[in-house]
Amino acid sequence: MKPDLFEAPDYYNLDDLLTEEHKLVRTAARDWVKRDVSPIIEEAAQKAEFPKKIIKGLAEIGAFGPYIPEEYGGAGLDQISYGLIMQEIERGDSGVRSTASVQSSLVMYPIYKFGSEAQRKKFLPKLASGEFIGCFGLTEPDHGSNPGGMVTNFKNKGDHYLLNGAKMWISNAPFADVAVVWAKDESGRIHGLLVERGMEGFSTPTTHNKWSLRASATGELIFDNVKIPKENLLPNKSGLGAPLMCLDSARFGIAWGAIGAAMDCYDTALRYAKERHQFGKPIGAFQLQQKKLAEMITEITKAQLLAWRLGSLRNEDKATSSQISMAKRNNVEMALKIARESRQILGGMGITGEYSIMRHMMNLESVVTYEGTHDIHLLITGMDITGLNAFK
Amino acid sequence: MKILVCISHVPDTTSKINFTDNDTKFDTNGVQFVINPNDEFGLTRAMWFKEKQGATVDIINVGGPETEPTLRKALAIGADSAIRINTEALDGYQVAKELSAVAKEGNYDLIIAGRESIDYNGGMVPGMLANLIGASFVNTCISLEVDGETATAIREIDGGKETVSAKLPLVIGGQKGLVEESDLRIPNMRGIMMARKKPLEVKEPQGAEIETKAVSFEKPAPKGEVKLVSPDNLDELINLLHNEAKVI
Ligand SMILES: Cc1cc2nc3c(=O)[nH]c(=O)nc-3n(C[C@H](O)[C@H](O)[C@H](O)COP(=O)(O)OP(=O)(O)OC[C@H]3O[C@@H](n4cnc5c(N)ncnc54)[C@H](O)[C@@H]3O)c2cc1C
Repeated sequence: MKPDLFEAPDYYNLDDLLTEEHKLVRTAARDWVKRDVSPIIEEAAQKAEFPKKIIKGLAEIGAFGPYIPEEYGGAGLDQISYGLIMQEIERGDSGVRSTASVQSSLVMYPIYKFGSEAQRKKFLPKLASGEFIGCFGLTEPDHGSNPGGMVTNFKNKGDHYLLNGAKMWISNAPFADVAVVWAKDESGRIHGLLVERGMEGFSTPTTHNKWSLRASATGELIFDNVKIPKENLLPNKSGLGAPLMCLDSARFGIAWGAIGAAMDCYDTALRYAKERHQFGKPIGAFQLQQKKLAEMITEITKAQLLAWRLGSLRNEDKATSSQISMAKRNNVEMALKIARESRQILGGMGITGEYSIMRHMMNLESVVTYEGTHDIHLLITGMDITGLNAFK
Repeated sequence: MKILVCISHVPDTTSKINFTDNDTKFDTNGVQFVINPNDEFGLTRAMWFKEKQGATVDIINVGGPETEPTLRKALAIGADSAIRINTEALDGYQVAKELSAVAKEGNYDLIIAGRESIDYNGGMVPGMLANLIGASFVNTCISLEVDGETATAIREIDGGKETVSAKLPLVIGGQKGLVEESDLRIPNMRGIMMARKKPLEVKEPQGAEIETKAVSFEKPAPKGEVKLVSPDNLDELINLLHNEAKVI
């Protein structure tokens, strides 16, 4: 792969809206991605292997639970810092960002928010340091966009719970040490359970042959009469609202992450358009290519503003789920379109692994689907503004 | 061992350089600032002294409040405390003079500066500073070891290297070689969090006299078009050199 020459666009001087600490955190993440992710990521994606050796680095730059308080091993940073870290990681690869999002928002967040003090102490510091990797099991083979219909369930057996069912499409599953699993109790209410690797009847087969997020491991979670100790139930919240709160946090990170992927595609295409000559001039001198590039930077700038404002709202604990949906939907689609347009600017070179664009483009097909599909987020906005439910 | 590392706050090498006010002022709009690369090699070497020989590492900069993020980054990398002398850095002698006051007061054994800063490339501060405080001085330093009161340094000289030994206190003008690029550190989250609590002291300047003044800046002329002449067409080459470039 070509050396990573990335220069981040900031067309509207949005850096002025950031604090010095935001910029320091972002620079550290950016420099780390350049040094430790860019040189190895293409090969990892081609081989469909999660590059485990970067786990330590992810922990060091604060990618695991940046907003979790320091006493539990987190960094105690604000939401904008979290967003910026996700942006920089996804600038490298959406698969690596997925690992970090899942660990932070879907594993550490529910343990911190809904867990007991003992659960927090047992899991959070190890998750923050990368000693443990976690995964989040909500989706099932027959329940994707409609997780409330899940069939995975547990029964109260006196001194333990007995868990049965299966989850599908679970990021990090193949090597996770702990899974936050959503399942129904005997009355049909959804609860979160901490399922640990090694528990009898618990297996995590890998999902093969993905064309997207190839550098992230995806798998199933299978529960065949798994005995779960009672202290592994998340005590402080139940109902579908609990996993949805986790998704809000992850979707917020994705809204930022997608900007990173878009910036990388745009930056690559811009550089290429200035260097590549056809018909005696740089292709960037042709109006058609300029239209693509000009529209890209416009869309990136709008997405940056959306993400920044959403981060400010989240810092004040004022962002609604619908506002988060809008940003996730808008920014991921923006990134996907930019990936497709940039790929064309690179002509034939755009389809090779010499450049990151095609990898971003394929990755973003997952990003536009997981954490609520593009359609579902539109329905959320639709319901929010009309008050009418169009899901069912 | 007490170490002072001088940190210049300079534009990132990829920045687009522009001037304003009739080419008299550098336009900082949209420019990213970083630790001067020569200083960063020195800072990293200082971290090794801290970790292997128990040195304390202070950092210092002469500049306005806009340089503090750069100091904060150096603290996040691991320096113990920072000093900023609150005045605009305008010429080498002024900077050396301001640094010398703190250097004397702090009784440092070792002062690590960069061979030059990559913004104005003056390259004079470390030498002047050494003279002002009566310390030994080694410039273009690519390796440094300290044992007791004596330092052994390797200096880059034209076409080779020179090994010198010097008594402490010592000032060096450092560069790549003190450590390599792959040794440079990215601040980790723990470092960033600790840096929040480390002292960054702002000192008022001595008011050293400014002896020189930049009158104007000029960017190099844009590169002209390249004409390729085939090797079997030497007549055309001579013709172009004679009639177009007018050099022969
Ligand atoms: C790589 C990858 C990693 C993932 N990681 C995780 C993970 O870690 N944990 C986890 O729990 N899940 C994970 N998922 C699952 C992901 O969240 C689901 O794929 C997603 O929610 C969509 O579910 P589905 O695939 O079953 O599609 P479906 O729900 O079957 O949707 C199929 C199509 O129908 C549309 N549709 C569905 N309902 C409606 C409706 N009411 N109105 C209009 N259109 C509708 C959808 O928009 C979509 O276009 C991952 C998925 C992928 C691809």
